[in-house]
Amino acid sequence: MKGKRLSAFALAGAMSGALASGLISSGAALADPLTVSNWDGYMAPDAIAKFNEASGNTAELVLHATNEEIMGKIIASGGKGYDVVFVSSPFAEVLFQMGLTEPLDHAKIPNLANLYPEATELKHDPGNTFSVPYAWGTTGLCYRSDLVEGTPDSWFNLLAPVDALKGKVTMLATDRWLLGAGFLAKGYSVNETDPAKLAEVRDLLIAAKKTLLAYDDTTFYSKLVSGEALLVEAWDGWCNYGIAENADIRYVVPKEGSDLWADTMVILKASENKDAAHAFINFILDAENHRWAAENILYKVPNKPAMEGLAPELLTQFPNMAMTPSELMAHEQLRNVGEAQRDYSRIVSEIMASN
Amino acid sequence: MKAPASLTLTILVLVFAFLYIPISVLVGLSFNAGGMPTAWTGFSLKWYGSLFQNQDILRAAWNTLIVALVSTFFATLLGTLLAIGVEIRRRRGRMIETLIFAPMVIPDIVLAIALLSFFSLTDFRLGLHTVILSHVVFNLAFVCAVVRARLRVFDWSVAEASADLGASMLVTLWRVMLPVLAPAIIAGALLAFTLSVDEFIIAFFTAGSSRASITLPMQIYSMIRFGITPEINVLAVLVMVFSLVTLTLAQRFNRGSLTGP
Amino acid sequence: MQDRKSLFLMTPALAWLTAFMVVPCLLILTLAFFRRGVYGGIEYTFTLENLRLVIDPLYAWIFLKSAWIAGLAALIASVIGYAAAFAIAALPRRNQPLVLFFAILPFWSNYLVRTYAWIVLLNREGLIVGLARGLGYEGELPAMLYTETAVVIGLVYNYLPFVILACYAPLSRLNPEIAEASSDLGASGWTTFRRVILPMSFTGLATGFVFVFVLSIGNFVTPALLGGGQFQMVGNLVYAQFLTANDWPFGAAISMVLIAVMMLFLTLQTFVAERGSGGGLR
Repeated sequence: MKGKRLSAFALAGAMSGALASGLISSGAALADPLTVSNWDGYMAPDAIAKFNEASGNTAELVLHATNEEIMGKIIASGGKGYDVVFVSSPFAEVLFQMGLTEPLDHAKIPNLANLYPEATELKHDPGNTFSVPYAWGTTGLCYRSDLVEGTPDSWFNLLAPVDALKGKVTMLATDRWLLGAGFLAKGYSVNETDPAKLAEVRDLLIAAKKTLLAYDDTTFYSKLVSGEALLVEAWDGWCNYGIAENADIRYVVPKEGSDLWADTMVILKASENKDAAHAFINFILDAENHRWAAENILYKVPNKPAMEGLAPELLTQFPNMAMTPSELMAHEQLRNVGEAQRDYSRIVSEIMASN
Repeated sequence: MKAPASLTLTILVLVFAFLYIPISVLVGLSFNAGGMPTAWTGFSLKWYGSLFQNQDILRAAWNTLIVALVSTFFATLLGTLLAIGVEIRRRRGRMIETLIFAPMVIPDIVLAIALLSFFSLTDFRLGLHTVILSHVVFNLAFVCAVVRARLRVFDWSVAEASADLGASMLVTLWRVMLPVLAPAIIAGALLAFTLSVDEFIIAFFTAGSSRASITLPMQIYSMIRFGITPEINVLAVLVMVFSLVTLTLAQRFNRGSLTGP
Repeated sequence: MQDRKSLFLMTPALAWLTAFMVVPCLLILTLAFFRRGVYGGIEYTFTLENLRLVIDPLYAWIFLKSAWIAGLAALIASVIGYAAAFAIAALPRRNQPLVLFFAILPFWSNYLVRTYAWIVLLNREGLIVGLARGLGYEGELPAMLYTETAVVIGLVYNYLPFVILACYAPLSRLNPEIAEASSDLGASGWTTFRRVILPMSFTGLATGFVFVFVLSIGNFVTPALLGGGQFQMVGNLVYAQFLTANDWPFGAAISMVLIAVMMLFLTLQTFVAERGSGGGLR
């Protein structure tokens, strides 16, 4: 019996060794395909296959759960291995400032002409020198119209809810949007850096935490569908997922305003497939492909012919899809706040440490 | 040690209830037609079908199994030797103790970023093998701790007798210590395997960018944008069924070999 | 002679740790002494500012709170896990591996999936509330999900097998005759347990406790999901500095303090464990 155990141990060892060496050699033999990193479900499911078919490339899609994760990975590795990355605009701005992005060659992206003029002048990157907007929209309130009395129209409906809503509201967990609700409620810039104003917003959000169910970036819409939450801070496109499941769910931009957010595509300086990367962005910006993306992800895309091609029923079912670029441009865009990011992190910690 | 059988049984029933009630929820949800975890909308097997269509999840599951098995093997080997080495030393080395504890207390994200920066600086090619290298780091510390706990109550006179009788160190290790330590080594290996199967952040950072080296936790984390899908529940159920079948087969082929002598 | 053998046995593991832990981590942790650049890079000017910031009451409070939650989880998991390991070790020997296997099986599903199972159980529209309503309970139920209690439950649940495994190792080898001798000499069951069994398995218990504690304090997923993201543990704080704020120097500083505190704690544990194991057995 003893002998048997020992031989099993040795066998397991030999197998592991063989497996490991097999893996290493197979890893080294492959040529690098074009690697695109995006959030799960944030493209048409067939987008990559279509691109490969049309271009003869062997692009691969990999997924990241959050901006933060992919940023950490790119910064630690210098971006090696990635070609096109989807990140929100303040993060694209950081990549640019750290010298990790490739300047875009507009000659290789003729479909840039499809962008709304507004989308080529976004504050973080006027003229699309290093980033191309993929989707854009607002942050507002998403709610159950059948269970919430009246029509919410203010950030204070969320931050200081009526009794019936206490413990049934959620806010976004990512620091910029969590603080954003406070900034907007107070009428401040979403990129505010004045310490006195930051302190005011912190106090407001600490008070608001007492009536909160949770901070939630990912499952707020299913909380609405189940009735666990009745009013949540949400990105417009994501509220649409809730609306798709329950027609009583509505989206509203509060009267104090919203931020204008943009999720962008960037090409990394470390990319070894820069031509294919440009071709990929050009493919996504094709009117037909971008329309198909919008219909799949239910987010507005900054592509004029794509939006004009949307099925009218879609705009009726999801009214926020019909928001025009000029309506969007009324709101302020989130920017990288540089040094003040430290203060933001600290305020979030202070809010979290409060009871 | 003869605890009253009724006490033993009560403890086991309660603990197993605690362990398995949440799991039964998963099993239940895996048959939920609607797909939302929040509402039951009827019995369906469709998620089982769609799991087998989902190549990504299947490959990720396979990758996870490889990473966990290989890293567990090396961690168990290195960790056990380390534990014995530390315990037979006459004097306690502060440096070495610190080194052994470090993998447990270094925050995952620090180890993850550190390893990725290090691999990039040294032009290491990234892939499943780098995930394995990294997982061995913390796994071996945990194995070492479990084996050391057992060595603290080990009767060293046996090993000394073996050495006195002229057995070489390796023979003493192999024939005298290993059999006695077997339950602890197995426990340590199970622990390492369990840790590795679930580890997300280090794997995400050290796996490189290739689709071929995605592990299951990486896949699942990136899917939570829509909450946990029933496919994932199905997978959890299948993982358990698979483990059960493997165990049953192993028992049949090698009856009782898991039991210590 | 003994020390040379010892070195021979330890070398492979120590070499591994040096190559894949010490060197890479020093690379990152020394950043604690530099400045964060305006846009998040590193500015190589020496400073102690980051370490000074960690001692700030706010972060000290987060440390304490994390230690409290992790300690509570470790304590509860230790009691349940030890009892389970004890009960398993008391079974007929040939059944032990199978039962141990079943105790670990749930943990090969996925961490997130198991955590979601608790959300399904605990949420306001969830199974437990549904069950209470079904049984005719009409009153208002206390909030269960998105509380510290839920976080502790989640941590205990997810880390329980580590205690079971750590405790099972020494308990499984406990010689039945020792306990029998003790009771033959007239000791009650409780006395036998307290004076004989517990000291002999104490190292396992201490090891299990430490496992749960260190894994819990560095955890950042459970507070986000079961705590509703409403408080930060040290793990979340470190994660936020590295990934959200892109402030590696401060993240490195917090990590250094965390590592130092835990090392102190672990050294204490080794000391206690060496005392606890009675020494005489060596």
